[in-house]
Amino acid sequence: MSLGAFLHDLLFDYTLRTVALGTAALGAVAGALGCFAVLRRQSLLGDAIAHAALPGIGLAFLLTGSRATPILVLGAALAGWLGTLAILAIVRSARLPEDTALGIVLSVFFGAGLVILTFVQRRPTAAQAGLETFLFGQAATLLVRDVQFIAGVGAMALLLLFFFWKEFKILAFDPDFAASLGLPVRRLDVFLTSLLVVAIVLGLQAVGVVLMSALVVAPAAAARQWTDSLRWMVLLGGALGAVAGVTGASISAMGRGIPTGPTVVLVASGIVAVSLLAAPGRGLVAEWIRTRRTRTRVRADSVLADLYALGSQHSRVTHPHAAATLRAMASDPAEVERSLQILESRGWARSNDQGLWALTEEGAERAERLFRSGSGEEEAT
Amino acid sequence: MTPAGPAIEVNDLTVAYRQQPVLWDVDLEIRAGALTAIVGPNGAGKTTLIRSVLGLIKPAAGRVRILGLPVAEARRQVAYVPQRGSVDWDFPTSVLDVVMMGTYGQLGWLRRPGRDEARRAEEALEKVGMVAYASRQIRQLSGGQQQRVFLARALVQDARVHLMDEPFQGVDARTEGAIVDVLRELRNRGDTVVVVHHALQTVPEYFDDVVLLNVRKIASGPVARVFTEANLREAYGGRLPFLQGVTGGAALEPGREAPTTDILPDPGGDVSSPPAGSGGGGGSWTRP
Repeated sequence: MSLGAFLHDLLFDYTLRTVALGTAALGAVAGALGCFAVLRRQSLLGDAIAHAALPGIGLAFLLTGSRATPILVLGAALAGWLGTLAILAIVRSARLPEDTALGIVLSVFFGAGLVILTFVQRRPTAAQAGLETFLFGQAATLLVRDVQFIAGVGAMALLLLFFFWKEFKILAFDPDFAASLGLPVRRLDVFLTSLLVVAIVLGLQAVGVVLMSALVVAPAAAARQWTDSLRWMVLLGGALGAVAGVTGASISAMGRGIPTGPTVVLVASGIVAVSLLAAPGRGLVAEWIRTRRTRTRVRADSVLADLYALGSQHSRVTHPHAAATLRAMASDPAEVERSLQILESRGWARSNDQGLWALTEEGAERAERLFRSGSGEEEAT
Repeated sequence: MTPAGPAIEVNDLTVAYRQQPVLWDVDLEIRAGALTAIVGPNGAGKTTLIRSVLGLIKPAAGRVRILGLPVAEARRQVAYVPQRGSVDWDFPTSVLDVVMMGTYGQLGWLRRPGRDEARRAEEALEKVGMVAYASRQIRQLSGGQQQRVFLARALVQDARVHLMDEPFQGVDARTEGAIVDVLRELRNRGDTVVVVHHALQTVPEYFDDVVLLNVRKIASGPVARVFTEANLREAYGGRLPFLQGVTGGAALEPGREAPTTDILPDPGGDVSSPPAGSGGGGGSWTRP
């Protein structure tokens, strides 16, 4: 399918449009709230919540016999929330580290969920069909009323995030200081975590319990690379989450039997990879360029030092020497030629008609400053 | 104006982590309008004491009153400077934003910091010499600059009692001087300043009062009376760094020779040597 045809379908194909809107909404909510999870070092909590939600889905169906999204989501939310409280309780009372508590809750709840799901599937009614799509997600099963539900609840969660912005910000940055101001940090903690639970359970039908945490962590981690402002990070996290959701879900909806969760994860991973590499400032490429620049400068300075040392053995420090001599002195002989050219372009060294190199007056001064006064002032270049 | 009673009153305070007492039956009065240092070896409970006074830790027993009020009612009067290392300095926010957090307590729910709060935050940054850094990312700050930002955040709180956990930790001499100036200014306008402090040699110069702590309270009161060798030896269990010249000559008991031979200066200023009695091999600073 060409891109044009795809865009056409995205706008006019009923199923694809529904899927795109739904996954955009849940991606935006998860991406925005995920920023707080990532900044509070709770990335794994999202995974535990998603897995812990599975028994809630099964039980909600068993108890009501309904497959309506709001009912299943409510069951998922209750189970996910119970799982979160269990983690907090284990950490507080049992002297176990948080990652252990996360591991216990994740596997116990997920195991219970699988048992319940298996039991549901063995029952002779037909209504249970499709419950297993909650494992890996199937965005194509989203109906218009599901999308309305996701968008409505998601908007409420984001609105609450907006209203309690400064409280959540200080909670994430310095909870002790927040407590010293008299803020109820423990209740705020439960509140913010509950919003995260909401963001996660909204995505379970489309993305699945196994991989939903990717939509919480990946867009936030990517967004962090591009900005140093919490507001922009949350906005960008939401936007990237929406992009990952729409792209992943659309790809899976176009083919037959492609589960949405893994597709979304692949797209989100791509976004993270690009961000880790290419972001200005924090990206690896920027880092690499910075390192290279520094190395080039240090190399040039060391050739300058060698020229100065050689020159000092003569009556004039600007006495010329062969590049071969400098290469013999350098730890990185292959780079000497380039360093000399840099020094020449700065006006610190020059070559004569015999191809010999010498310091200029200016270069001698700089060498003096750099290497005689010990660790001196920073050189503005 | 100095209130009549003590600024901070601690009665029978006991704090324990998993049955291990961190503070044991501490009775303490901190004078209003004074600069008070809390000193003691690592693990003495200095940070715990400050956090208990702030109500961040629930004590096993005991009572704290600030300016004659229970902590919860005195919050607006109390500013807090936590340890610099207690937060993630890679958090995506600016210096001005962090300082404005000091106004959140007065703002209340649903209200956002606005122009007024930004102006007050800038004034506080001015006082600590950091106004040029207002829009900087906090990641780019040095240790001393971080410490000054935290101090500015406390100043914005506009409190009468200031509790600071190691504000001199990891700062250079110039920053230390700047911070001391700010603390003195607060004291001179009648505020109470309580500082967890590590460098014993600067105690007599910087502080009016001192609390010597080692799980129990060893002594508290004016530096000239309390900061004696005997008290320090009790607090540090004989493992005393920099004893020479720490206490003023006046504070030494008359006629007693300063027994410096068995106490070597600890180059790092670190008192985390093995506890007395643990028989740590070659602990030359422990008494025989």
